[in-house]
Amino acid sequence: MTALTTTLRDPGSGLSAHVGLRATFNQTLTMAWRATMKMRRNFEQLFDVTIQPLLFTAMFAGIFGGAISGSVENYLPVIIPGLVGQTVLTACVATGVQLREDMDKGVFDRFKVLPIARIAPLAGPMVADMLRYLIAGTLTFATGIALGYRPGGGVPGVVGAILLGVISGWSLAWIFTWFGTVGRSAQGVQAISLMVMFPLTFLSNAFVPTDTMPPYLQAFANANPVSHIISAIRDLANNGQVTAQVGWALLGCAIIVAIFAPLSVKSFTRKM
Amino acid sequence: MDETTTAVLAEDLLKTFGDQRAVDHVDLEVRRGEVFGVLGPNGAGKTTMLKMLATLLPIDGGRAEIFGYDVRRRPHIVRQLLGVTGQYASVDENLTATENLMLFGRLQGIDRRTARATAESLLEQFDLTPAAAKPISAFSGGMRRRLDLAASLITRPPLIFLDEPTTGLDPRTRGQMWGTIRELVSNGCTVLLTTQYLDEADQLADRIAVIDHGRKVAEGTPDELKASIGLSTLQLALVDGTRLQAAASVVERVTGEPPVLSPAVRQVTVPLQRSDQAVDILVALRDQGIAVDSVSVQKPSLDEVFLALTGHDTAEADDPASEPTPELETVR
Repeated sequence: MTALTTTLRDPGSGLSAHVGLRATFNQTLTMAWRATMKMRRNFEQLFDVTIQPLLFTAMFAGIFGGAISGSVENYLPVIIPGLVGQTVLTACVATGVQLREDMDKGVFDRFKVLPIARIAPLAGPMVADMLRYLIAGTLTFATGIALGYRPGGGVPGVVGAILLGVISGWSLAWIFTWFGTVGRSAQGVQAISLMVMFPLTFLSNAFVPTDTMPPYLQAFANANPVSHIISAIRDLANNGQVTAQVGWALLGCAIIVAIFAPLSVKSFTRKM
Repeated sequence: MDETTTAVLAEDLLKTFGDQRAVDHVDLEVRRGEVFGVLGPNGAGKTTMLKMLATLLPIDGGRAEIFGYDVRRRPHIVRQLLGVTGQYASVDENLTATENLMLFGRLQGIDRRTARATAESLLEQFDLTPAAAKPISAFSGGMRRRLDLAASLITRPPLIFLDEPTTGLDPRTRGQMWGTIRELVSNGCTVLLTTQYLDEADQLADRIAVIDHGRKVAEGTPDELKASIGLSTLQLALVDGTRLQAAASVVERVTGEPPVLSPAVRQVTVPLQRSDQAVDILVALRDQGIAVDSVSVQKPSLDEVFLALTGHDTAEADDPASEPTPELETVR
């Protein structure tokens, strides 16, 4: 073993009193890098955004297509944007569960004692997970196109729709991130997340038009931000139009972030 | 604020969990450049104390300073001066050794190239180069511990906290770890280490604080502590338990120390300043007609330190590795 000769840090000088904005940004990117390395090593973590979109797209198009739109082809413009919303929402659940798992690991003790922004271990994975939403959105559209879906909005419309999917995913993930920071175990976080995810997904216009629902469900479905996100994705992908629905979707996302981001950050930094 | 000589200063440090005091009004002063050992059994509050000093747990009472910086008010500065290596390796299981060191370097603002070079030289220093590209899940306990220590040294902090650095390691790896710790100190690093092994504290520490039930029960150099508990301990079991008090007074007359009595097992325990005192005691007991069932002379172990300092044994020590390994010379 060679000698540890480098001079030690001087306790008297060169110390910073707090973490700057730039350092916080860099630390978040480093944490995002760590999260992508983790995804690469554990490929099964990507099953929910790779295999699931392929399976669900083929499955739901085949099951509901004839009943709802008369044929699979007519149903595809309805169901593909719906499934983008549904898949991204499923992917969000994993964000919270994995954060909880991460917090229980030994490496988190080291993060706590490092002179880093308290928010970096939370923000990093959230940035990296945008990659997962991107994969989910792209694969869902690709499967749809393979089944015969021809989005009227063309390439710009589809790219815009996927982009909106990623933004929505990042925003909705704050709900599940909050569960991740308050839950006691990963299983508990998973259970409560699924309980919230299912109503958000199915009580929306993702699979069927809301006007056949009883009034009380219709009221919820129409107010559900997921419905607005899916409507906006439909407008972008099918018509290539930035409609008012896009505005409502972004507003819904902003409200979710405004509520759940401060809650998550607060309960996370308390444990950090 | 005496930042030229004091690395760690704790005054009246308090931590409560419910109605239990995990750390009970402890004062501590670690001078710059020394190895300070905190010795105590499992559950004595060593780790809790370290965590408070390392900004990992809120301080419930009293105050603490690291190089003159208040731990509660300036946690960010304290974290820049501190390397912490815990009892359980805190490295990322999903990354390789190199990636781990790079991650911790990059997080602390070291650029990519320097981080890689630092990682490589640290891996070499810790004999981990052959395993540099392996995932941590393939590492042995000793390798993890070394990587963990390497991760604490990336930014060359002037103060290192080592929480039970060799618990669970085999003797060879333990010796290597001791060598590394000595090397750190020779470079001017201050080390605060916790341990449940008396010999480890003896080998490494310039000064030792003995902690029991969250309280500091003794402090001094290893020599001072050993002197206070005697060079070895005599343990006598009597044939007749009713003679315990008589035997105690004989023992006290010879050694000048009141022995500890364990009536349930008819035992008398007393520290010896010289081994030949054992013979004097046995002769004196025979003169009094007190029959002895068994005799053993033990070198001081953590148990004896506790027995002598606190009057009770290390009942909390649930870890079999912390059992004393006395050099028994039993006579029947």
